[in-house]
Amino acid sequence: MQYWSPGSIEEAVGLLSETGATTRALAGGTDLLAQIRIGGQAPERVIDLKRIPELGRIDVDAQGFRIGAAVCSAEIGEHEELRAAWPGVVEAAELIGSTQIQGRASLGGNLCNASPAADSVPALIAAGATCTLAGPDGRREVRVEDVVLGPGQTSLALGEIVVDFRLPRPQYRTGDAYLRLIPRSEMDIAVVGAGVCLSLDRDGHCTACRVALGAVAPRPILVAGAGEALVGHAVEGDALAALSAAASAATDPIDDMRGTRDYRIRVAGVMARRAAVIAAERAASRV
Amino acid sequence: MSEEAKFRWIGTRVVRPDGVDKVTGRATYGADFALPDMLWGRVLRSPHAHARILSVDTSRALAHDGVEAVITSQDLPDIPSEEAFVGEQPTNFRELSHNVMARGKVLYHGHALAAVAATTPEIAASALDLIEVDYEVLPHVLDMPAAMAASAPSLHRDLEPAGFAAGATVPPNVSRRIELGHGEPDQGFAAADVVVEREFTTKPVHQGYIEPHACLVQANPDDDITIWSSSQGHFMVRAYTAKLLGIELSKVRAIPAEIGGGFGGKTTVYLEPLAAQLSRISGRPVKMVMSREEVFRATGPALGTRIRVKMGCKQDGRLTGAEAVLHYEAGAFPGSPVQAGAMTMFAPYELEHVRVTGYDVLVNKPKTAAYRAPGAPMGAFAVETVIDELAEKLEIDPIELRLRNAARKGTQAPFGPRYREIGCVETLEALRSHPHYTAPLGPNQGRGVALGFWFNAGMQSSAGLNVNEDGSVSVISGNPDIGGSRASLALMAAEEMGIDYEKVGAWIADTASIGFSDITGGSRVTFATGMAVVEAARDVKRQLCERAAAIWEVEPERVKWVEGEARLEGEPDREPLGLVDLAQRAARTGGPISGRASLTARGVGMAFGAHICDVEVDPETGRVEVIRYTAVQDAGRAIHPSYVEGQMQGGAAQGIGWALNEEYVYDEDGKMCNPSFLDYRMPVASDLPMIDTVIVEVPNPRHPYGVRGVGEVPIVPPIPAVVNAVHAATGVRYFDLPLSPPRVLAGIEAAADRGA
Ligand SMILES: Cc1cc2nc3c(=O)[nH]c(=O)nc-3n(C[C@H](O)[C@H](O)[C@H](O)COP(=O)(O)OP(=O)(O)OC[C@H]3O[C@@H](n4cnc5c(N)ncnc54)[C@H](O)[C@@H]3O)c2cc1C
Repeated sequence: MQYWSPGSIEEAVGLLSETGATTRALAGGTDLLAQIRIGGQAPERVIDLKRIPELGRIDVDAQGFRIGAAVCSAEIGEHEELRAAWPGVVEAAELIGSTQIQGRASLGGNLCNASPAADSVPALIAAGATCTLAGPDGRREVRVEDVVLGPGQTSLALGEIVVDFRLPRPQYRTGDAYLRLIPRSEMDIAVVGAGVCLSLDRDGHCTACRVALGAVAPRPILVAGAGEALVGHAVEGDALAALSAAASAATDPIDDMRGTRDYRIRVAGVMARRAAVIAAERAASRV
Repeated sequence: MSEEAKFRWIGTRVVRPDGVDKVTGRATYGADFALPDMLWGRVLRSPHAHARILSVDTSRALAHDGVEAVITSQDLPDIPSEEAFVGEQPTNFRELSHNVMARGKVLYHGHALAAVAATTPEIAASALDLIEVDYEVLPHVLDMPAAMAASAPSLHRDLEPAGFAAGATVPPNVSRRIELGHGEPDQGFAAADVVVEREFTTKPVHQGYIEPHACLVQANPDDDITIWSSSQGHFMVRAYTAKLLGIELSKVRAIPAEIGGGFGGKTTVYLEPLAAQLSRISGRPVKMVMSREEVFRATGPALGTRIRVKMGCKQDGRLTGAEAVLHYEAGAFPGSPVQAGAMTMFAPYELEHVRVTGYDVLVNKPKTAAYRAPGAPMGAFAVETVIDELAEKLEIDPIELRLRNAARKGTQAPFGPRYREIGCVETLEALRSHPHYTAPLGPNQGRGVALGFWFNAGMQSSAGLNVNEDGSVSVISGNPDIGGSRASLALMAAEEMGIDYEKVGAWIADTASIGFSDITGGSRVTFATGMAVVEAARDVKRQLCERAAAIWEVEPERVKWVEGEARLEGEPDREPLGLVDLAQRAARTGGPISGRASLTARGVGMAFGAHICDVEVDPETGRVEVIRYTAVQDAGRAIHPSYVEGQMQGGAAQGIGWALNEEYVYDEDGKMCNPSFLDYRMPVASDLPMIDTVIVEVPNPRHPYGVRGVGEVPIVPPIPAVVNAVHAATGVRYFDLPLSPPRVLAGIEAAADRGA
């Protein structure tokens, strides 16, 4: 196996675009190395993205945040401004694995591994994050919900990598939250994950709401109907129940050793509702 | 004088002899050994749950560069049936041989059927793919009702079921029927005011030791075999390896490594005979290390069970009768702990009428192995849940109900004998007076209690005690130390000799360097090997007195060993002779001073534990969180209280995992779906609260220091304590493990539907 550690995006894209040898991008390796160990089949070339400066930094400007795709969860958790602005995204990143895993695991890896249960992805989708892709044909900006197509499948073209994630500065009275259900308290894979981002007007009525779910369909899903159910209402009572019902109705989960289909359908609504309540509290506490 | 004041070392919390090595990472475990020229062994495992092996072609693997040996069952002797004389669960050498290497048929997914030795682990792994096996896939059975159905495929055609009346119809795949008890339960039920009858199921669970099985074996041309491996008994490893290879025990030396957990799962072997045979053929040392996936798929988990329990009770809380039928999954070969389950389940109670019938059932799953108090936690789950329901119906406090029926000295146990000194009542009373029992609970929270029993084992032990040239003392035993036994043995030696603990070294000797010792199992080492250490120390003290007498030229009877020195009776002015003096003069007074003892330990102290568990249940997700937990246990006497508490906490943690989330999940083809710690959900540290412990001491009068076994009892009460707590929090009774969130939520919803 060859290990490459390019210092620039162009170099990395060049290496990943070459055909002939099986080649994989490497960030924290917490998915890739585990898969190599279990599956036994190692790629012929591994291209480590961690030395590329642009992928390893969080930048903040007037527009908002740029999170390098290879920044690890621990660093995301320690970024005070990001924490304050997007607590839901940060709490999702901080749920990944354990302290040790979080010293390696990146948002880019979490997204490109394309697991339906990836924790940061519903939070990023709810927050309306976009990502920058770089490939042989240059750069493009896509919405996070457009990257994962199904288990292990992404819309990235050959040679394309995720460079960064972009989040605006949160608008007036906007808050986000992410919750997941796991049977244990950590070191587990989401049975259901729910990310919610919503905005309130002065009277506490919801003006916008995005609900995204993980682990309940072949890929993380944005449930437009669940968000719409809340818009125009206070975050309580029937409106929350409607959000919950819409979330459950949008799911198409599988039965497996981590949870049954029926269970996931029910709990998706519960998690979405609870995340909405937390997001609303955060939104209300902002001026 | 208080009990404690009698002792200088017993009951103190000294640093364990193996502690520094373990926290600095220097302790050597099974996989840490290497020899020059060593090969790596790997095992080929069955992809089918049940299949006939039509042919195995190893020629391509053998021809592969770097492969030095390949074996199948044809390379191991076809040994006759013989009951094994070591180990913990009932085993037969022939069946064990067929378990470590399938012969004729594979009986479960993951069953070993060939092994290779190669110069690197990678070559060994790729050589496995070159072995060509032709299977005839057979129908398989995964659960007991299916295994016992009239049309079920048989795992073993030559099975001779035991315990059935002549002419009785025996369902397929039942290897044994047992029955025990006394009185007439039906009479008891007729006299009862309330009768509760329930059926329970539990899933197979793994012991989950952190260290996978590993060994290094070197066979010499003269057929001497040396084994380095971690196990719960190197004499067991020696016997199994020798028997399976058809050679004499004297040809094999087994050297114990440190052990990274066993919990009963390392009371048998999987790799050592294979590595030995690969080494004999290749002429080179062979090392084998299992992956976690192999550990899950092919090493003995604890069994799944189906248990029906019926109990009757008077309005005043007196139990009138009890009856149970147990079905215990043995796995692919006979030998579940159904007997132990039957014996222990009602053991905490005084019962005039009690009867238990049990069946040992074969299924196409790995051969089960012992797991802490083998067979008992499942029985306790059933009985203690029924007792909880009786208490609820009778509106009697659940601890009070247990106390009214608690076994005491003289009570006839369901398995026959009358109890001698036991601490069942004392344990329950300590539980009731613990502040935890009356602490307030919040919304969605509930509290459960449960009681548990385990016999503990005696068996055979050997120990040696050498007085070193400088007057320090080395204690040598033949039992791998899993739970701090070296510290306990050294403490007893220091106490007995009247010397400082720091002067005592404690070591575990290989099979050629100490007398036979049964496995480290049955919570027996501090009790039984401790007894041997005390005897060896007394032997040494006798010799020391004789040496002093020779120096003083007096009758040996006049010399007494007091506070670490020989004193001459009646002559207080005579300068005493200490260990250093006597050690230095040993050459001139008769040579080295060493004591030894080999014994069968009798007078085992049976033990009881009782636990309180508080849970909080999320009513919308069914997720259960244990928020407070207290374990109380009669230890007889805690030689080293920290290690007793550690055993209690560890047992509680494992029992909580068993109750809430651990289970083997199989697909239709009989393949385990969750062979990793990610999806086989043992609790992680953050899942558990601090587990509070209370040690009760009702000394066992038949041990020099009052010891009872402590390692197994604490896994008996947790399952029902958790399940009863979940009932208290939700109002729902659960009869099937585990109480994973989907199951708990389904129960809550079903109850709501019934209520609506
Ligand atoms: C013990 C353990 C616990 C875990 N717990 C969780 C959990 O709770 N929640 C959860 O969601 N996940 C969990 N995971 C999975 C994993 O840690 C996360 O998915 C993590 O975010 C992956 O990031 P990484 O940087 O390690 O990715 P890597 O393993 O380096 O890469 C993952 C995949 O993405 C590709 N890739 C990586 N970066 C890029 C990029 N910039 N552009 C294009 N392709 C890229 C790689 O080629 C690979 O296919 C756990 C893993 C382990 C081992």
